[in-house]
Amino acid sequence: MAQDAKNGSSDAVVAAPSAGDVNTGLSAGTAVIPADSFANPGHPPHRARVTDTDPKKEKRAVRTVYTLFYISIVGSIGAIAAYVAFPIESGDDVAIRLSTLFIGVGMALSLFGIGLAAIHWGKALMSDKEGVDERHPVRGDDETRLAAQEIFKQANEESGFGRRALVRNTLIGALIAFPLPGVVLLRGLAPQDQDPVALLKHTMWDKGVRLTRDPSGTPIKASDVTLGSVFHVIPEGLNDMEHKLDEKAKAIVLLMRLKPEDLIEDADRKDWSYNGIVAYSKVCTHVGCPVALYEQQTHHLLCPCHQSQFDVTKHCEVIFGPAKRPLPQLPITVDSEGYLVAQSDFTEPVGPSFWERVS
Amino acid sequence: MIRSTKKKTKKTGRRHPMATVALVAIGLIVTGAAYAGFSNSSAIAEVDLQAQSTIDEGQKLFASNCATCHGIQADGTDEGPSLIGVGAASTHFQVGTGRMPLAFQGPQGMVKPKQFTEEQTLQLAAYVASLAPGPGIPEAQYLDGDGDVANGGELFRVNCAMCHNVAGAGGALTEGKWAPKLSGVASVHIYEAMATGPQNMPVFNNANISSDEKRDIISYLKYLENSTSVGGFKLGSLGPVAEGLFIWIIGLGAVVALTVWVTAKSN
Repeated sequence: MAQDAKNGSSDAVVAAPSAGDVNTGLSAGTAVIPADSFANPGHPPHRARVTDTDPKKEKRAVRTVYTLFYISIVGSIGAIAAYVAFPIESGDDVAIRLSTLFIGVGMALSLFGIGLAAIHWGKALMSDKEGVDERHPVRGDDETRLAAQEIFKQANEESGFGRRALVRNTLIGALIAFPLPGVVLLRGLAPQDQDPVALLKHTMWDKGVRLTRDPSGTPIKASDVTLGSVFHVIPEGLNDMEHKLDEKAKAIVLLMRLKPEDLIEDADRKDWSYNGIVAYSKVCTHVGCPVALYEQQTHHLLCPCHQSQFDVTKHCEVIFGPAKRPLPQLPITVDSEGYLVAQSDFTEPVGPSFWERVS
Repeated sequence: MIRSTKKKTKKTGRRHPMATVALVAIGLIVTGAAYAGFSNSSAIAEVDLQAQSTIDEGQKLFASNCATCHGIQADGTDEGPSLIGVGAASTHFQVGTGRMPLAFQGPQGMVKPKQFTEEQTLQLAAYVASLAPGPGIPEAQYLDGDGDVANGGELFRVNCAMCHNVAGAGGALTEGKWAPKLSGVASVHIYEAMATGPQNMPVFNNANISSDEKRDIISYLKYLENSTSVGGFKLGSLGPVAEGLFIWIIGLGAVVALTVWVTAKSN
């Protein structure tokens, strides 16, 4: 029997080669009629547990279960005791840590104790006999189905759902209209009277805006930026803005000084740098993380989120990683007092791509 | 199950099974303590960086230890950069943290046991500083760690955290380089690193971050180093990677083990 079940094909029957056997309804091309290839093996033989056969083991399992319940009780009481014993009113870091630690351990013990004990009880002590509950068919019998239909029909007649078409249709209409205020109100959360595309395309930088230190907002002289230096830059006046962070998110800039001969500049962007001082947007063109991991010897800029790398000597072109476009360069120069200023806004939108961005 | 009763024979003195372990432990502790005592004795040294004798001593040390790569005139070779104008701070940092002399040419010079005493390091620094002016060794008033921790924290997050991690735990850079962790680094070395920009670290000169602001940053780092973690295990303060690794392997592992136990048949 077991052998047959393993090798299902042994029950297969080779179909008769005669064409179009009407009796079996098989097509002429059928070569082999497979029998049901998998026989129900039934239950494995019942195996008694050690707790069924050995009374000592059974006693031990009983002990384990109630000990776990005791542990749970101890944990619960311990959590309360820890709450009292470790006050956090002093605000001291160590006190807070001890409080959370011991309350947590107590609560963990209380819940784990119950869970482990319940499962061990069920597995080792409760009855272990295998049984079969047949799954009843999904389809009800015809009588039940007819009764259900009858109920629906009756409900329709009594409520007039099918008959009073106007009432029904207005109900459907009301249900459709009901969520509309929510949709309109949600839409109203978008900035009013502001075109998000225009907001994304422009930053605070403009002709003559001074480059200032982040976070102090003090202006930077070109002579302050020594070789190998990095300055984290915000536009002048940012700290006085009402929505400071909204503007900062777009306008952050990294200022670096390289040896002028190390820079490989395009002819039309030659005057965007000043004596080897270059300024680039700090917003990654991939998904907008701040790119500021500058290596002063390799002149690589690394984005910490997805490891995009930009080569500062070649207008921050992408040399590794998922970013697709170079970081936008801020054209800079110095004013009459020797402070670094922007020549204009960025000449392209900063940050990652968006739907309306050309190219 | 057969239960065997153990014969109890008490061994004492040098025949005790733990005697060897105890002996080795005692030996290690004594040696370690003695070594620590010796190596600490030369840590504090008063050296006049301007004195000609100091510079001469430094030049001798330089010629025998550094000139192979940096050139006999310290003007650089194909193997190492010129040291003219790097200043005493740079030399004190590179030699004082054991980065120089390099163990091998690689992506980055790494911290290793110091090769020179503090006195020799200062002599080397005096020689390099005598070649051309450069950043000097900072004064003690900026290294006390009693500055404005909050301001230091803000400056650290703006200028340093992207490479060194917000908790100063360090992080990876490109092509095998890395930003080292900052806990356990001496205040003087933190200051010198900011002032000189060693290896691939950019320079943060006093026009960018003033001496007082550098003191604030050092104070913040020392505060981080000495404060306890309220939330329990820090997992190296490395952020989502370490935490994710922990929860996916240890946390999920525990859940899988529990599930296996719950569904397994009792024997």
